[in-house]
Amino acid sequence: MRKPRVLKRLRGVVGFLLSLAVTLFGLVLLTFLIGRVVPIDPVLKIVGEKAPEAVYQRVYLELGLDKPLLVQFGNYLSQLVRGDFGVSFSTTRPVLKDLLGFFPATLELATIGLLIGIFFGVPMGVASAYWHDKWPDHVLRLVGLVGYSVPIFWLGLVALFVFYYLLNWVSGPGRVDVFFQGVVPNVTGAILIDSLLAGEKEIFRNAISHMALPALLLGYYSLAYISRMTRSVMLQELNHEYVLTARLKGAREVSVVMYHALRNAAIPLITVIALSYGGLLEGSVLIETIFGWPGIGNYLFSSLLAADMNAVLGGTILVGTVFVLLNTFSDLLYRIADPRSQDGKA
Amino acid sequence: MTEVAAAPTSMRQARAREWRSFVRRFSRKPLGVMGLVIVLALVFCAIFAPMLATHDPYAISLPERLAAPSATYWLGADELGRDIYSRIIYGSRLTLFIVVLVVVTSAPIGLLIGVIAGNYGGMIDRVFMRVTDVFLAVPKLLLALAFVAALGPGIVNAALAITLTAWPPYARLARAETLLIRNTDYVNAVRLAGASEWRIMMLHIVPMCTSSVIVRMTFDMAGIILTAAGLGFIGLGAQPPLPEWGAMISTGRKFIFDQWWVATAPGFAIFIVSLAFNLLGDALRDLLDPHLRQRR
Repeated sequence: MRKPRVLKRLRGVVGFLLSLAVTLFGLVLLTFLIGRVVPIDPVLKIVGEKAPEAVYQRVYLELGLDKPLLVQFGNYLSQLVRGDFGVSFSTTRPVLKDLLGFFPATLELATIGLLIGIFFGVPMGVASAYWHDKWPDHVLRLVGLVGYSVPIFWLGLVALFVFYYLLNWVSGPGRVDVFFQGVVPNVTGAILIDSLLAGEKEIFRNAISHMALPALLLGYYSLAYISRMTRSVMLQELNHEYVLTARLKGAREVSVVMYHALRNAAIPLITVIALSYGGLLEGSVLIETIFGWPGIGNYLFSSLLAADMNAVLGGTILVGTVFVLLNTFSDLLYRIADPRSQDGKA
Repeated sequence: MTEVAAAPTSMRQARAREWRSFVRRFSRKPLGVMGLVIVLALVFCAIFAPMLATHDPYAISLPERLAAPSATYWLGADELGRDIYSRIIYGSRLTLFIVVLVVVTSAPIGLLIGVIAGNYGGMIDRVFMRVTDVFLAVPKLLLALAFVAALGPGIVNAALAITLTAWPPYARLARAETLLIRNTDYVNAVRLAGASEWRIMMLHIVPMCTSSVIVRMTFDMAGIILTAAGLGFIGLGAQPPLPEWGAMISTGRKFIFDQWWVATAPGFAIFIVSLAFNLLGDALRDLLDPHLRQRR
């Protein structure tokens, strides 16, 4: 007997949401453990070693450290659900407010980086698979492997030295030049869109010249992964019999590769791209510190230096949540897009 | 193979033959051989650092502050006049130390969790894999950063933090292998003969997982080097005056425009070593794990 389809769907959706909830819960539990249990004395982490006894006691009670661990975790959880990430000690503002303020800049940079990565990575992977084990494949693979192996923060420094200092092709650190700062009204938080909305072509150009290096570097970083995965997916597809059939029927090579094989490869590639988007959000931590980009990464970096745990953990939760949501979303997309994954298995 | 060799007469002979064929196939992969050579060179540098270095890596000499590369200072001198070349040579010890520490902790932990989950199945499997999935779902570098920030900076803490994020892939890998092996005839035969589950797992399942774990480890080493360097760069890894490559880039960052060699040289070291591990991993994967291509 087959169960009614609606019921099956419903069960799938519930299970899906449940697993998402468990993962997010795990993320929060991890940050709680890191913030409260891993440090030998969390109070000391906050007030420092020279604080008077009274201050120490007050913070101790404020943190609720006299209560059992389980109660502490319950409080932590309920605070987070209400959007209370605590106050950042270095900026003295609520962490969530800080994070949301910095997030658009990171998102803008990571998105453009991802677009660059897709634009170059997918064709590279396709070419690599098409000329499998011939010299274009070797060259392209090496380019990708270098992207895997190079410390991105170092590449950023070197790029800054060469293209900004020596050649002066691009602008230096920051988002726009100092005298352009705050000129454009903040609408979307993405400087490229905002400056266009305000009709400031000059600022738009300036922003592009500031963004070029970090975005290209992030693009290269994601390209390494995207091209590698594209190659392996395309290799599989090109070995299928339908490709042979298409060729036998006289289809042109371009159409065989682009229309037949790549279309089938597109579904797994969605997952790859979603994963690399998450990776970019993370990779931007190091890139942002190099380029003085006012995003989450830079915020985290200065919080780390100031031992500002509320901000660090808040940032981890935010980026982690986006990361988890991206994974889940790509999984969902995969299931919708690929009819094979709907019936029976999984 | 052109000639059919006689069947091996002993276990040792069979192993020796297997090994020779492995070496022969490996030597046909020029990039893999290159990777191996660089990795061996790294180990060589770490062992013989005192002989290879031209200066004391901690000796401060302020008159030579930020000196350009020259005959005495092959790669220049840093902001305290210490010889960068010697520091990079000594830094290879720290790099190897972190890599080895992370690998010997994370691989066995992951392997054990994966094998137990796969072998017992049921509730244990579900709980273990759920935990693994949570760790896999969290961004690695950020988790490591938060962990070191809480624990305090330092080279061992950095290695611990990387371990915390590095074990889940091994667990997944080991579980997948275990699921394939646990009901094979030879395992069931051992089980019928009365072996305990623990014995089965340790002596019969774990050895079958090693080849894919080794491949994964080689790739991981490149990632570990990069993460450790990133932590060092942010200031959460090895602390001064230790000549850790990431931390060296971090100090060189201030002088990148005028004394570019301070930051550039250690970066090259990281890049070359990490590339070598990747090349080695690529070659090993092709040799040891022929079915990986189908699985992924």
